[in-house]
Parts: sequence; structure tokens; C-alpha cells
Amino acid sequence: MKIQAIKSWLANASQLANQYYNAPYRAAVARAKREQDDLFMLYVYSELMGIPNPASYYTLELQPLLLEQFHQWHLRMGMEHSPFDEFRCC
Amino acid sequence: MNAILLMLLGLGGMLLGYLFYSKFVAEKIYKLDPNFRTPAHEFEDGVDFVPTNKYVLWGHHFTSVAGAAPIIGPAIAVIWGWVPAFLWVIFGTIFFAGVHDAGAIWASNRNRARSIGALTGDVVGKRSQSLFMIVIFLVLLMVNAVFATAISGLLINFPSSVIPVWGAIFVALIIGQVIFRKWMNLGTVSILGVIALYALIFAGPSAPLSLPETVMGVSDNATWILILFFYAAIASLLPVWMLLQPRDYINGLQLFIGLFLLYGAVLLSGPELVAPAFNTNTPEGTPSIVPLLFVTIACGAISGFHGLVASGTTSKQLDKETDARFVGYFGAIGEGSLSLATIIAVTAGFATLADWQAVYHSFGQGGVTAFVSGGARILQEGLSLDIELSETLLTVMAVLFAGTTMDTGLRLQRYIFQEWGAIYNLRWMQKAAPATLLSVGSCLILAFGAGGADGSGGLAIWPLFGTTNQLLAGLTLLVITVMLVKLKRPMYVTLIPLVFLLVMTIFALLIQLKGFYDTADWFLFSLDLLVLVAAIWIALEATAALNRARNSVNE
Repeated sequence: MKIQAIKSWLANASQLANQYYNAPYRAAVARAKREQDDLFMLYVYSELMGIPNPASYYTLELQPLLLEQFHQWHLRMGMEHSPFDEFRCC
Repeated sequence: MNAILLMLLGLGGMLLGYLFYSKFVAEKIYKLDPNFRTPAHEFEDGVDFVPTNKYVLWGHHFTSVAGAAPIIGPAIAVIWGWVPAFLWVIFGTIFFAGVHDAGAIWASNRNRARSIGALTGDVVGKRSQSLFMIVIFLVLLMVNAVFATAISGLLINFPSSVIPVWGAIFVALIIGQVIFRKWMNLGTVSILGVIALYALIFAGPSAPLSLPETVMGVSDNATWILILFFYAAIASLLPVWMLLQPRDYINGLQLFIGLFLLYGAVLLSGPELVAPAFNTNTPEGTPSIVPLLFVTIACGAISGFHGLVASGTTSKQLDKETDARFVGYFGAIGEGSLSLATIIAVTAGFATLADWQAVYHSFGQGGVTAFVSGGARILQEGLSLDIELSETLLTVMAVLFAGTTMDTGLRLQRYIFQEWGAIYNLRWMQKAAPATLLSVGSCLILAFGAGGADGSGGLAIWPLFGTTNQLLAGLTLLVITVMLVKLKRPMYVTLIPLVFLLVMTIFALLIQLKGFYDTADWFLFSLDLLVLVAAIWIALEATAALNRARNSVNE
């Protein structure tokens, strides 16, 4: 019983420490991650914009998977509508 | 007087302030409501808005606001004797800082967790918002220049700290990688990190390192300043998880360990205060205590920087509105206790009055170096640590605080330049590298412009930094006061500190202006003039905004 109590106390303490470590930087880390994701979107959709992409054979199958984020992405990149003639977004 | 008595008086006073005054302010003035739906719940997104345990939130609110500034200020201001510094720190914490910090969290919390800068625009007016940005920029500029000077002074005075100080950066880099790649859990990493840091501190005295007196015609002091800015520029461009985040974390641990050691050592050794209670024999050139005391000690008594933290990150993570009392007010008490420890170290850490007078031979002396040597003596007597080891330990603590503030400060300055780039449509200025170069350049101009080619006079701008920081606090207090007026609640709790701050800062700026004029220091004269214009402007805006608010309520 005692060991159990100590264990749960430790788990609790380490969870709080994790919060303490992460809380102030959560936003900055998320922003950095989003920047990387945006670049990745560009890779996946680059052929559609006429930018040759040697990996398009592999990224082609990712297109439908990433389509959900497509709207958010083109807005963030400063384009009000989809930049592609082939398919419209909004 | 014995330092134990001073410590108990100070800590006891602040505790009473928390128990009674903060309860009054929280319940009767801000009327914190446990059922108010805080922005952390309303906009919860797992990134910015996350309801956080109040002790955790207090932990990083306190560690983000406490740095080298609450050490440097009191360590300069004891030149007027320990009583004035002690009283201003304790009463400032109780009636100014606590009210200001908790109020900033409350104000932001009631306005969708927006920052005080944005709130100034809404509550006071658009003009004040631009003013706010200029004041923030000046604070950052001065803090970076002053801290670089302070660190370089420490590295020269205590060569045993050079290896642990720079080694700590590598420890932080490793911790950052280990945690980012999830190689170990945080508990293990923290213990290993602290062990590594203290091993470095322990090794420091056996491997002292100092620069040659001149490097390519540049003095050692100036060389350290250049190295520090070079480092800070790179650090501010790195992703935050790599260096800044683990460094901040280690600093947080260091802060608690340091406070614990210092207060423990005072209790065990019970040193006598050797400095005079009121220094009637101040060295020539020491300015008048009123108003200079109130701007020399800014952080530790009240600081505008806290408002930025409180409204920037803390308010977005507030679980319950009533937590604002503990997080804000008790956070201010944490910082006050660091200043109190500093006052004890620089007044009781000397063997005789003559030793103390030798350090405080002119205004602006003492500072963080006095904190390290005084504190080290107390550690040596209380915990029987080796004197050199104690000095290294405290130096590392102070340098890490100041260094992290520099990283963050440069990063924020860069954001401001980038924002200006966007406003004025300057494409190159919106990029990270040129904006960083501009920030570093402006800091270097200040660090060297203020004190000549060796950069040793950077501390001359300390009172000016305090003044600007107080102006920032004044703006936050103004926002809170206007909100209180609009809610038809008593406003004297924030209005009295606001008026006091504005009067003291304008008075101090005028006195310093005359000083710079007399010494024909035109660089600092213009800087002072700039701050003075901002101060008078804030005073006018404050009067106008309060009148507008009162008229709109009366109608």
C-alpha cells in the first residue's frame, strides 16, 4: 500500500514537472512545428503548382490525406482561394 | 542588528500582506469570481490556452519574473543604508507589486487573456498603445545592455565561474535534446542536469579562466560583452526547445536551490548587519535618496516587466479566476524575497563597516558583484562551504538569470523590429537575421555609448532602466485603474501607486537629466530626454483617460 502511494505521488510530481517544463513554450514549439508542416504541404502539392518534385511518386498518395488541412494552409500562406486550377477549395 | 531578525521581519511582513491585504484586494476590489469561465477554459486549444494547476502556474510565473534585476537593484541601493532599501522592498511588494501583478492577470483574464499592450489600446487609447511599444523597446534595450555589462564584470571578477557558466549552456543543450527526443523522463533528466551543473560549479575553482587584458586592442571587459552578444544573437535565433526552454528550466531549479541555500545559511550563521541603517556619510556624487531609491530598486518592489508576463502567458493558463491572487500576488512575494536575500547578502556579508565602505565607495558600485562576495561569505559561515566555491555558485546563479533574460530580451526585440518592418513595409527588416543584427547593434551602441570604449559604464544606465520599467508598471496600473473606474469600484488601491510611481519617475528623470547635462554626457542625456517625454506623455494620457472614464460612468 505504501509503495503504491509513493508511486502515485511520484507520477503526480513528474506530471507537474512536465507541465512546468512545457507550459511556457507550448505556443512557440507549436508554431515551429506548424512552419515545418507548411513546408511539407508545399512538397506534397508542389507538382500541382508546376514545381518539379522528384519525390512526387511518394507524395502523391499523401494528397488526399492532407486535403483536410489544405484550406487552412492556403489561407495561412496568404492566398484567399485555392491556387490550383485543377481543384477548387472554397 | 542581526540578519535573522531582518529576514523574519521581511518574510513575516510579506506573508501578512498576502494573508490580509491580498485577500482584501482580491475579494473587495478585483472581486475575483471562482465561477468565472476563464479564457483558459473558454478558448482551450492545448497550445496557448491550457488550464494549469495553480502551483505549476505560480512556479513559472515566479521564475519568469525573477531574474538578475531584483538582485542588482537592491545591491546598488543599499548605499543609502539598509533601512530604506528594506522598507521599499517590503512595502513595495505588499502595496505595489502584488496588487499590480494580480491586477494584470485579472485585467487580462477579464479581456479574453489579451496582453496589456493590446488592452492599453482598448481601454486607454490608440496613442497609448504606440507609446507602450516604445517603452517596451527601451526597457528591452537597456536590460540587454546592462545585463551584458553585469555578466562581463562577474566573469572578470570571478574567473572560477567562467567554465561552469559556459558549461551550463552545454548542459542545457544536452537536456533539450534528451527531452525533445524523449530519451529519458523529465525527473531523471532534472536530477542528472542539476548534478552536472553542480559538478561544473565544484570544478570551477580548480580551473579559473580569464581573458588577456587586451584582445586585439580591446579590453577584456569589452571582449566579454562582444562575446555575450554574439552568443545571445545565436541563442535567440535557435528554436526555443533547443536552448531557451531547458535553460529556463535549470534556472527555475537554481532559483529555488539558491534561495533555500542563502536563507538556510543566514539562519545557521546569523550574521550581523555591518552596513549602516541610514548611511549619513554617503560618498560624493550620490544622488538624493528621494526619488532615486524608487527607481534604483524597480524589480523587487514593483516592475512593469511582470505585467508583460502576467498578461502574456500566465493569464492564458489560469484555471480559476481566484488563482490570480496566489499566482500574481505570491509571485511578487517570491521576487521580494529574492531582493530581501540580496539586501541581507550585501549588508551582512562583509566583515567590517570599512570593508563595506570600500565596496560602496561611489554611487552605482556594489551591484551583483557585492551580492556574490557578500552572499559567498554568508554561505561560507553558515554552511562551511569553501569561499571560492560559494562565489562560483552564486556567480553562476546570477549569470544564468541574466543570460536567459538576454536571450529572451533579444528575441523580443527582434519581434518588435520585425513588426515595425511589417508596419512600414520594409521587407528585409521582417527577416529574422537582419532584425537580430539591428537588435544586437542597438544594444551594443548603448552598452559602449554609455560607458566609453571598455563598456564598463553600462551600469550607469541602471537607474534609467528602473525608471523605464516603472513607467511600464504605470501603464499597467493605468489600465487596471480605468477598468475599476468603469466598474464603479474604489480605485485608490491602484491609483495611489500609479500617482506615486509617475511622480517619482518624472522627478528622478529630471534629476538624472541635470546630472547628464553637468557631466556633458549627451548620449545618456538624449536617452533620458526620450524617457522623460514618454513619462510626461503617460501622465497626460492617464489624466485624460481617467477623466473620460469618470465622465462616461457619471452620464
